[in-house]
Amino acid sequence: VILRRYVIVGSGAAGIAAIEAIRSQDSRGEISLVAEDQHGYYSRPGLAYLLSKEIPESQLFPFSKQDFKYLQVQWVNAQAVNILPDTHQLGLNDGRLLQYDRLLIATGSKAARVAIPGIELEGSVKLDDLNDVQGIIKLARHGKKAVVVGGGITALEIVEGLCSRGVKVHYFLREDRYWSAVLDESESHVVEERLREEGVEIHYHTEMVEVLGNRGRVVGVRTKKNEVIPCDIVAVAIGVRPRIELAVSTGLKTDRGILVDEHMLTSSEDIFAAGDVGQVLNPHTGKTVLDTLWSPARYQGQYAGLNMSGQIIEFSKQIPYNVTRLAGLTTTIIGSVGGGGRDPDMVGIARGDSESWRDATGVVDRSLIATQSEFDVNRLRLMMGEKKLMGAFLMGDQTLSKLIQQLIIHEADITPIREQLLKPDRPLPDIITNFYNQWQAQNAG
Amino acid sequence: MGERRVGYIGKIGEYEKRVFSVILQYSDVMVNIKVLTQQEKSRRKALVEGYVVPDTTRCVQCGICSFNCPINIDVRRHAWLGEPVKDSHCLTCGQCVLRCPRGVLSFEKTHLFKPR
Repeated sequence: VILRRYVIVGSGAAGIAAIEAIRSQDSRGEISLVAEDQHGYYSRPGLAYLLSKEIPESQLFPFSKQDFKYLQVQWVNAQAVNILPDTHQLGLNDGRLLQYDRLLIATGSKAARVAIPGIELEGSVKLDDLNDVQGIIKLARHGKKAVVVGGGITALEIVEGLCSRGVKVHYFLREDRYWSAVLDESESHVVEERLREEGVEIHYHTEMVEVLGNRGRVVGVRTKKNEVIPCDIVAVAIGVRPRIELAVSTGLKTDRGILVDEHMLTSSEDIFAAGDVGQVLNPHTGKTVLDTLWSPARYQGQYAGLNMSGQIIEFSKQIPYNVTRLAGLTTTIIGSVGGGGRDPDMVGIARGDSESWRDATGVVDRSLIATQSEFDVNRLRLMMGEKKLMGAFLMGDQTLSKLIQQLIIHEADITPIREQLLKPDRPLPDIITNFYNQWQAQNAG
Repeated sequence: MGERRVGYIGKIGEYEKRVFSVILQYSDVMVNIKVLTQQEKSRRKALVEGYVVPDTTRCVQCGICSFNCPINIDVRRHAWLGEPVKDSHCLTCGQCVLRCPRGVLSFEKTHLFKPR
């Protein structure tokens, strides 16, 4: 019996899910995990909670040594530099060549950088991995003032993390509101108001053009209006880019990410891709899209793993959603929510983001509720198609989030309540809860 | 003190009134205790009958749940595997449910104690 050799590049959610899937089918094959990050497998979304002091660093690691022993994984701490598809080899930066029968590229994404003078100075940071967070924590120990530039979830994670560590934060926005591609105007303003309450100073219509330094360290930034703001930390979170270099140099078909088919297979035989790097078909719109979310990454990794181990199983993209905290408010984003803006703060997709959220194809109506109940902010925005819910945005009270998520994912026909949902002053939560109960009763049988 | 003594030696009617009012107050307290015990009973019943169930698709494995568990159950592992926390010595204290930033965890009824 010839044992199959699997090589996984990347130790994130997709890579680990693939390994688990492979092991569930093939208990004897050799699995090598090529991990560039010396910390191995940890929760990247958890980094925000490490920064905000909610968990200690040791808590970031979901798997123990024993778990990896059980999965029989060979760890290779190196960077993959090239693929030789003809001989089925993977080249590493230490000169070694790994032989593979099936290869998975799950290299994730990395922060997009801005090309402005001084950005390489000490004190200029991004939030990609554990090393970055360790660096930010170290800087925040002595730092008093920070400038944060960018948008999306990551920028806020940095802003709030620094705030909780006693750093005065100046947050730059290029135009007049936060995350305009996903949030609508009042939602942006709710977030901004809460940031101000935390002591964040928001600078609208402000663009950083230079980082000023002294003896190699950040001492301030210069804006386009030629204003100088002194600071010791500059953080940039203008979006992420899938790490497709390996695929590009190998000649695999790529676009913004690596193009994969429904088996997570790239354009080359025996090479698969999953996670942030994978650009997959959205069956609802027919376009291929990127997701930078944990759950889709895991799901894609699982399917890649199963197909690598010889199963033939088709991946079908789920409706992407994320539950996150924006300025301390629990927020759920499901399906198409397009905020209408073009978001000048971002150059690409953010972390914890999905390209499909911006796509408003099929949305014909919006239904909105903003109430003040036991939560000081409570917001629900429904995006409606002709017959079904296309997306939803919930901020504050999350009672309805699971119901709405089910209705959207299972494409429930909302015709019976469509009229009601659009009436002004209607009790939206009751309508939805009642409808959900009926719908569930019908579908249970 | 002195007045009270004069009160119940001199005017029996006053004393009786006072006794009645004490009894009345006491019965109020009794009612409150009853309500409280009922609430506590239903709360404990809910806890005993309930167990923590994860929604795997919401989980990002940050570990806040496991970190806050008073008896060190690895709740995160359950969330990864999509398994309810029912095997262990879970106190159903709700710390993990409340602290999860992404609404992964919720209480569900086990139906373990339902008469068949």
